[in-house]
Amino acid sequence: MPTYTAPLDDMRFVLFELLGADKLAELPGFGDATQDVVEAVLEEAGKFAANELQPINHSGDEEGCHYENGTVTTPKGFKEAYAKFIEGGWTGLPCDPEFGGQGLPKVVNFAVEEMICSANLSFGMYPGLSNGAYNALALHGTSEQKATYLPKLVAGTWSGTMCLTEPHCGTDLGLIKTRAEPDADGSYKITGTKIFISAGEHDLTDNIVHLVLARLPDAPAGIRGISLFVCPKFIPNTSGEAGPRNAVRCGSIEHKMGIKASATCVMNFDGATAWLVGQPNKGMSAMFTMMNAARLAVGMQGLGIAEAAYQGAVMYAKDRLQMRALSGAKFPDKPADPIIVHPDVRRMLLTMRALTEGCRAVSYWVGMELDISRHHPDEKRRQEADDLVALLTPVVKAFLTDHGFHAANLGVQVFGGHGYIREWGMEQLVRDARITQIYEGTNGIQGLDLVGRKLSLGMGRLLRRFFHPVGAYLEAAAEKPEMVEFALPSMKAFAKLQQATAWLAQAGLKNPEEAGAAATDYLRLFALVALAYMWCRMAEIALRKQAGEKAPFYEAKLVCARFFMTRLLPETNTLFATLTSGSQTLMALPAEAF
Amino acid sequence: MKVLVAVKRVVDFNVKVRVKADGTGVETANVKMSMNPFDEIGVEEAVRLKEGGKATEVIAVSLGPTQCQETIRTALAMGADRGIHVQTDVELQPLAVAKLLKAVVDKEQPQLCILGKQAIDDDANQTGQMLAALLSWSQATFASKLVINGDGTANVTREVDGGLETIQAKLPLVMTTDLRLNEPRYASLPNIMKAKKKPIEQLTPEALGVDPAPRLKTLKVVEPPKRKAGVKVKSVAELVDKLRNEAKVI
Repeated sequence: MPTYTAPLDDMRFVLFELLGADKLAELPGFGDATQDVVEAVLEEAGKFAANELQPINHSGDEEGCHYENGTVTTPKGFKEAYAKFIEGGWTGLPCDPEFGGQGLPKVVNFAVEEMICSANLSFGMYPGLSNGAYNALALHGTSEQKATYLPKLVAGTWSGTMCLTEPHCGTDLGLIKTRAEPDADGSYKITGTKIFISAGEHDLTDNIVHLVLARLPDAPAGIRGISLFVCPKFIPNTSGEAGPRNAVRCGSIEHKMGIKASATCVMNFDGATAWLVGQPNKGMSAMFTMMNAARLAVGMQGLGIAEAAYQGAVMYAKDRLQMRALSGAKFPDKPADPIIVHPDVRRMLLTMRALTEGCRAVSYWVGMELDISRHHPDEKRRQEADDLVALLTPVVKAFLTDHGFHAANLGVQVFGGHGYIREWGMEQLVRDARITQIYEGTNGIQGLDLVGRKLSLGMGRLLRRFFHPVGAYLEAAAEKPEMVEFALPSMKAFAKLQQATAWLAQAGLKNPEEAGAAATDYLRLFALVALAYMWCRMAEIALRKQAGEKAPFYEAKLVCARFFMTRLLPETNTLFATLTSGSQTLMALPAEAF
Repeated sequence: MKVLVAVKRVVDFNVKVRVKADGTGVETANVKMSMNPFDEIGVEEAVRLKEGGKATEVIAVSLGPTQCQETIRTALAMGADRGIHVQTDVELQPLAVAKLLKAVVDKEQPQLCILGKQAIDDDANQTGQMLAALLSWSQATFASKLVINGDGTANVTREVDGGLETIQAKLPLVMTTDLRLNEPRYASLPNIMKAKKKPIEQLTPEALGVDPAPRLKTLKVVEPPKRKAGVKVKSVAELVDKLRNEAKVI
C-alpha cells in the first residue's frame, strides 16, 4: 500500500523561490499570509492528509458508498475524518473572513488541495464541491443568501453541490429541462432530475446546499434561458439552522470505475423550494465563475494523483529486488538489485517526476496570478493576471489530469504484476484519476475552450500575456552560456507553438473544423511550452544554488530539467506535425463507415 | 493556575539520523526538525487543562538557537497562550536546561511545569527530575494520567514496570509526560494563523543569570554496529555448547 508524504520541499521551492509567494503578504487582504504562516499551514495540512485521509483511501475504495431508501452513507471512517477536517478549520482556508474564513491566498489552497487529492481524491470531493458552491454564492448571491449559507459552508457543517447535468445533457447545457415555477412569496418550485451530482447526498453534514440550473417558465430556449437557484436539502429556519425537509431527494447512486467513496447521485427535485441566485436567465455566466475555479481544482486533482503515483512507484522501485543491473551488480550483498537500477524504470520514474514538478510550477503560477487578479491594487496588473488565468485554465485542467492518469498508469507499470493487484493501491489511482479527464468539461472541451474562445478573446490579448513574457525570458536566458541547454530547446518548442497558433488562425478562418481537429494537440503543445518555461526558470535557480547547503535538492532539479528538455519536450515536434496535418483525415470517413 | 510547558526542538522522528563524518555528533544541517513528541503531549495536556478550566494560562518555553521559535509557534498553534525563548547557541545539557527553566519558573511562578519524560535526540531523561530538585517541588514522572484536585494537589498515574501507579502530589509540581497521557491534536488552521500574533518573549542565559556551559564532553559518536548474519546449528547439543562457550550466557 503506498504511503504519502507531502512534498513540502518542492512546494516551498515553487512557492517561495520560483514564484516569490512571500510577496503575496504585501497585497491588501493578505497581510497574514507571510511565508512562516504559509509554511506552517502547509506542514499541518500535509500531516492531516498523510495521517487522516490517506489511511481511509483504500478502504473507502473497497467499501464505496451505500444507498438505502434515499439515504447515502459514506464508507467507514469518512464521517470521523470529515469531522476532524472541519474542526481544523480547513474548509475555510481561502474564504472571506467576513463569513468565518481565513482569507488565505488561493495558491495556498491549491497546495492544500493537491495534498488532499494525493491522499484521498474521493474525500476531497466533498469539501471541493462546497467550495464551488461558496464561490458561486459569494459572487452572485444576495446579502441575505450570503448571510444564510456562507458561514455554514465556510465552517463545513453544511456542504454544497453543483447540479448541472441531466440525463440527456452534460456538455450541452442549453438542453436543460429542469423547470423553476415562481411562487407567490418570491421563492421558486424546482422540478426535474439531475444526474452525476457529486456529494448530492451523504452523511457528513447537517445540510446540503444544492446550486441548481433550471429554466423559468418564460425563459428563451437554449443556453440564454437558464437560471441559477439555491435549493437546500433542509430549508433554513428563522434561527438559520437546518429546518424542514425540502422536496429534493437522492434517487440512487452511480456504480463507478473510481472515486467510489465519493457519492455520485441522481437527484430528484419534486417541486423543491429554491431561490434565484443572480439575474434571471443569467445562470450560465454565474455558474461559469464557479466552473472556472472548479476546473483549476480538478487540475490539482490530476497533480495530486500524479504525486501519489510517483511516491508509490519510487518506494517500490527501491525495494523490489529483481535481476541485476545491465552494467553489473550494484548491490552485490543482496540476492538481486532493486529495479531502480534499470534505465527503463528510471525512464518511467523521471517522466512522472519531471512532468509532476513542471505541472506543480505551472499550476501554482496560475494560482498566484489568480490571487493577483483579485487583490492587486493596480487595475492593469489585475487585468493582466485575469487574462493569464483565463488563458491557462483549460491548459491546467486538461494537461494536469491527462498527466495524472498517465502517471498513475506508469505507477502501475513500475509495480509490474503487483500494480494490477488491488491491495497495493496503485490501480486505484488509475481508476480514480480517470474521471478527472472527464468532469468539469471533458479534456476535449478544454481544447475547444482554448482554441475556440481563449485565443480569440480581445484579438489575441490573452495569448500575448503568455507569449510576451515567455519570449522575452527565453531570449534573455539563451544569452547566458550556462542556460543554453535549457533555453534553446524551449525556444524551439515555443517557436513551434507560435507557428501552430498562426497556422490555426489561418486554417480556422477557412474551415472551422480545423480548430476542432487541432484543439487537443494544440493544448498539449501549449502545456509543454508552459512547462518548458517553468523548467528553465527552475533550472536557473538551481544553477545558482547548487553549490549551497541544499545541494542534492538543486542537483536533482537540474537532472529533471535536463530530462524534460531532452526526453519530454521533443513531443512538441510530433504535436506540431499532427496538428498541422489538418482535419482532412479525421473528417474523410462518412459516419456510416465507422 | 499558570502552566509552563518546555518544548525542545529535535530531529524529526521520521528522519533517519546520520552520524557526522567526523564523529562529533549527528547531522542536523538540512534535516527536518520538529517538536520533541513527548513535549507535544505536554502541550496537549496543558491546553486541555486550560480548556477544562483548570489552567488560566499556558506558556511554552524553548531554549536554544533562533529556530526554536518555530517550535514555540507550533505550541502556540496548538493552543498555548504565549512563548518564552531563551536564546543561546551553546550546546545545552540537562543540568543547564534545568537551571534555565528554574530561572524562568522563578520569573513566571507557574503551579505546574510539564516536560517530556525525555527528548528523542539524547534520551537523557534527566531534565524534569533535575528541575524538580532545583525548585524543591514535587515531581511526578512518566505520567499517563493527570487529575488536578481542588485542594492544591494532583493525582498522577505513572507507568511503572509493574503496571500503573497513582500518586498524589502537592502543587507546585513538575510532571513529565509518557506516551499514553494523551494524543496530541492537529493544530487548527485558525490557531495556526493566531499563533503568529501571540507574543514570544526573548531572554538570554545571561539575563537569567545562568551559565549554560556544558559540563560533559562528547568523546565520540558512532553508528550502532551492523547486525551480523546468524548461523544455523545442527543439534541441541551444539546450541548449548555455543550458548555456554561462545555467548557465555548459560
